Amino acid sequence: MPAEITQQFAALEAQAQVLMPVFTKAGHDFVAPAVIQPADVFLDVVGENLRARTYVFNDPDGSELCLRPDLTVPTCRLHIARNANAATPAKYCYNGPAFRYQPQDAGREHPREFRQAGIERFGDTSREAAEADTIALIVKALETAGLKNWSLQIGDLGLFRSVLNAVQIPSRWQKRLSDAFWRPDAFRAELQRLTTSPGAAAKALPADFTAALTPGDKFATALTIQSYLDLNHIEVIGTRTVEEMAERLADVAGDLAAKPLEAASAALIESYVKVKGPALKAGEAIAKLLSGSKGGTGAALDAYDRRLALLANAGIALDRVTFSAEFGRNLEYYTGLVFEVRVPELAAASAIAGGGRYDGLMRAAGAAVDVPAVGGAIHTERLLSVLTRRAT
Amino acid sequence: MSKLTLAIPSKGRLMEQSTEMFGKAGLVVSKVGHQRGYRGEISGLPDVDVAYVSSSEIAAALKTGSVHLGITGEDLVRETIADADTRLKFLKPLGFGFADVVVAVPAWWIDVVTVADLEAAAIPFRRVHGRWPRVATKYMNITRRFFASKGFGDYRIVESLGATEGTCSAGTAELIVDITTTGETLRANGLKILGDGVILKSQANMIASNAALWTPQLEAVRDQIVRRLSGLNPPDDK
Repeated sequence: MPAEITQQFAALEAQAQVLMPVFTKAGHDFVAPAVIQPADVFLDVVGENLRARTYVFNDPDGSELCLRPDLTVPTCRLHIARNANAATPAKYCYNGPAFRYQPQDAGREHPREFRQAGIERFGDTSREAAEADTIALIVKALETAGLKNWSLQIGDLGLFRSVLNAVQIPSRWQKRLSDAFWRPDAFRAELQRLTTSPGAAAKALPADFTAALTPGDKFATALTIQSYLDLNHIEVIGTRTVEEMAERLADVAGDLAAKPLEAASAALIESYVKVKGPALKAGEAIAKLLSGSKGGTGAALDAYDRRLALLANAGIALDRVTFSAEFGRNLEYYTGLVFEVRVPELAAASAIAGGGRYDGLMRAAGAAVDVPAVGGAIHTERLLSVLTRRAT
Repeated sequence: MSKLTLAIPSKGRLMEQSTEMFGKAGLVVSKVGHQRGYRGEISGLPDVDVAYVSSSEIAAALKTGSVHLGITGEDLVRETIADADTRLKFLKPLGFGFADVVVAVPAWWIDVVTVADLEAAAIPFRRVHGRWPRVATKYMNITRRFFASKGFGDYRIVESLGATEGTCSAGTAELIVDITTTGETLRANGLKILGDGVILKSQANMIASNAALWTPQLEAVRDQIVRRLSGLNPPDDK
């Protein structure tokens, strides 16, 4: 469904005339970020996997540029350019094309050029209120355009961190499980390793070397590494530093001496990852899981409940909301809430709108400070196609 | 009848070894017309036109079907064509042009033994340097597919069209994906191959294009060529 067909163009324009006033009336400034963006911001944030789906090219100066694969990063950059202090609160909205490579058999719901109508909210420290407002406003825009039958899928990466907190494992294990959360296979392998033999990573290292390591002390470990390399006449080349390696090996040495993760803790983590269902019931299930744990239920669950209450206040019927602990796992730049609006006509991979919280993105895009950020966007071609189908 | 077009590398060791191989099978490959020209013929196979094409372009010619058969390295084919197995048929490995496409890291990275360790090293690297580790390679597609299959995504590719082994010590990349035969050049540049880092054991292949126009006569000519080459000693497996 290419956007360049004339009739389609007119219909999309008419639809935008309905969507955008909903955003601007709620106080979001209309902006039009540049279509051509520096490639490194996107690739550094999301990693090389996105590159295969991004139109990257070199201009005659040799700069590496891309056609924006979404409008969130361009809006972050625009905000930074406008504000000396990136933490200055601001609300934006946009409507414009984004570009992603699609394989030949991707289907009509996945055009390589598509228009996103969306909102971003930066610097708002009332976290759950900002999140609930964002979801409610996206839903309001969809309903104003005529969409009636929809459901809301939510996930919450903050909850996962509080589960790790609850089982009270060493912070280096929390960090590793968090880092691996995005890759289900790696995550399972890591959990398995911690439960059976946490020191397994050290087995590949020379035995005399491992014996000389100092658990938890990265300075002593750096000295051990350096003398091992000197003794074996191995030259240090490249930009990685001995200190970086020491940071990791001090942890590995700690793992050698560590007791395995208790089976009950591993079971709790595994049960959490499987939680899935109506949002209210899921909250209760997680509360039950955490209540017996050492760390208690924690602030993230309070935030979860507060967000649902705010959503209900904003007029979202909670029986339309489903929670899945695994949801958002494949979208690396989100840091907390993740959401998608879905319709029965389209497969789950073809959500009609989506978004979430991405507190790390502003810094990656060049801000000097961390800036709380939440936003969402509507896939306008999909919305149009569903509305057209329902009308006939 | 129309002839079968066979693409042979236009220069270097691959061209010499291709000609040698035909010679051993009793087939003399020679240039037609000017010695610096790019057309040739094979004695005893009048229905074959030889086209001398640079080995990296042979993959593209096979993909579009502008040649029927081609001799080139599997590495170049896999790099140029994502779905090589549906577009081409690998008829016969030829026993020369051996090259392993491998992931190599600085030898002093004693904590990095497998691709999974790369992930563990990438995260503190990003914290310290503000970016993901860079992988220098001319095999951008092979690299992406391989790392994706291992679930590793925290890296950036920098394209390197020569002297890739030197990029780590020059500080323009943290690791490389490159070809090696003995590993000697890698060692000389202070690099080591990861335990699960052999992506592809490549060699020269006789490859048929599925996109080319095949008539029963041309298929017979193809079978004849393969039969003549099959009489040779099987390739020694390095």
